[in-house]
Amino acid sequence: MSTEKFSQTAYQQQLGEGKLMASHCPACDASYLPPRPMCPQCFGAQMEWREMPTRGKLAAFTVVHIAPTAMIEAGYGRDNPYCSGIVELKNGLKLSAQITGVDVSQPESIKIGSSVQAEFVSRGENDDMRAFLIFKVIV
Amino acid sequence: MRKVAIIGIGQTPVAEHWEKSLLLLAGEAVFAALSDANTPTVDALYVGNMLSGLLERQEHIGAWIADWVGLRGIEAFKVEAACASGAAAFRMGVMAVASGEINSAVVMGAEKMTDSHPDDTTAALATAADADYEVIHGLSFISLNALIMRRYLHEYGWQHADFAPFSINSHTNALSNPNARLHIPLNKEKYIKAPMVSDPINLMDSSAIGDGAAAVVIVPAEMLRGQQPIISVIGSGAATDTLAVHDRREPLWLSAAEKSAKQAYRQAGVGPKDLDLFELHDAFSIMAALSLEASGFAERGQGPRLGLEGEILIGGRIPITTRGGLKARGHPVGATGMYQIVEVVQQLRGQADGTQVAGAKIGMAQNIGGSGATILTHILESS
Ligand SMILES: [Zn+2]
Repeated sequence: MSTEKFSQTAYQQQLGEGKLMASHCPACDASYLPPRPMCPQCFGAQMEWREMPTRGKLAAFTVVHIAPTAMIEAGYGRDNPYCSGIVELKNGLKLSAQITGVDVSQPESIKIGSSVQAEFVSRGENDDMRAFLIFKVIV
Repeated sequence: MRKVAIIGIGQTPVAEHWEKSLLLLAGEAVFAALSDANTPTVDALYVGNMLSGLLERQEHIGAWIADWVGLRGIEAFKVEAACASGAAAFRMGVMAVASGEINSAVVMGAEKMTDSHPDDTTAALATAADADYEVIHGLSFISLNALIMRRYLHEYGWQHADFAPFSINSHTNALSNPNARLHIPLNKEKYIKAPMVSDPINLMDSSAIGDGAAAVVIVPAEMLRGQQPIISVIGSGAATDTLAVHDRREPLWLSAAEKSAKQAYRQAGVGPKDLDLFELHDAFSIMAALSLEASGFAERGQGPRLGLEGEILIGGRIPITTRGGLKARGHPVGATGMYQIVEVVQQLRGQADGTQVAGAKIGMAQNIGGSGATILTHILESS
């Protein structure tokens, strides 16, 4: 098994196909995001891809008023704040993502523990096109 | 291992030094430290810096600064660990001198941030986080701290306003520090009404970035026999955690702070109750609470209580950010850890004009990289 299999590129490509994939160590029954070619618990390299659940709940969130460059380029900022957060998937794995379906003028309308559903989107054009994972709050 | 003593300190004000380059700032701090130590030269130079490559397009700054300050030829390196670069450089220097390999060194931190466009600075600071798995999802350095603070308020039931004493204390102490970035008194009303940055973190939870350099001269303590008082490094610890906040098993616990503090306490043979002051890393008010908890001054979730009960003030149980902290002295990221060391030395020498902790003998400094992925703790003693 070649170790390049579990690259950032492969992860992105699968996001583009609408699948959230983690690398999984059968020996430890542990899943890793970002996907790792080697298990940091048993140092085993017999990793396999495993599809992750697309439902989860909010572990933390913030409405960002002063945005980093990439988000300013995407049209966000002081006049158009957005929400990002940490999502805990059904299987306990956590990841960071932009959170949509939130009234950013009233962040108290969502709560830690609110249910979210993954959505696969792409941003950028041509060679810069990149698949993103965002999570939408389910009411 | 040899005991290491600090015999000279130097610092520039933390400010928007538009007229001064990184090199000029670095030189000022080094010359001040060498002159304070009354020594013309050292064997090595270790410089903590985070952003020279990204913002100034200049790397290799160890040799660059060594040549500038007239120390051409000596061993010189840059040490990088995001916002903990300063303390990381300090630990490298202390280990070099303690080992016997190096007999004297300048250890410094230097950073130049305000010449760049604020967007570039924000992007550069975000390189302390996980680029592919945090930053592209719109999480800046500030919003990662906001996630931690939101979760903290949720789990422990505190209100945002309960963090006001941390910022107010730092602003008050900075009023007496001529080198501080901000000389602006702060009260609870101003704290609550400050503009939102990344909720629940507002502008008055956030440290002020700036340009600056701070330096010390270190030698083996055995060289100073007969002199008094001697300020020495009695504990040094360093530890790491995941870069990404979402990967942490306990995102509300700074495990690297706990590990590095325990390591430093063990070496020093002291505990939290023995400390006269604590220069902690209040990049955001939430970090002050987490740092106090992980370092053994408060139970989990109880950090804000020390602020509300006045225990963090000069004269309290554990005075913190006595010269203004990151919040108001300012946060020139890679230099911050060395400002903390210089300030602890000022306190132990009795030179902390306006905010002197009476009879201070033992002080601690803790420097945090990113949102907790690298943390160093140092304990200094005057004897
Ligand atoms: Zn394994």
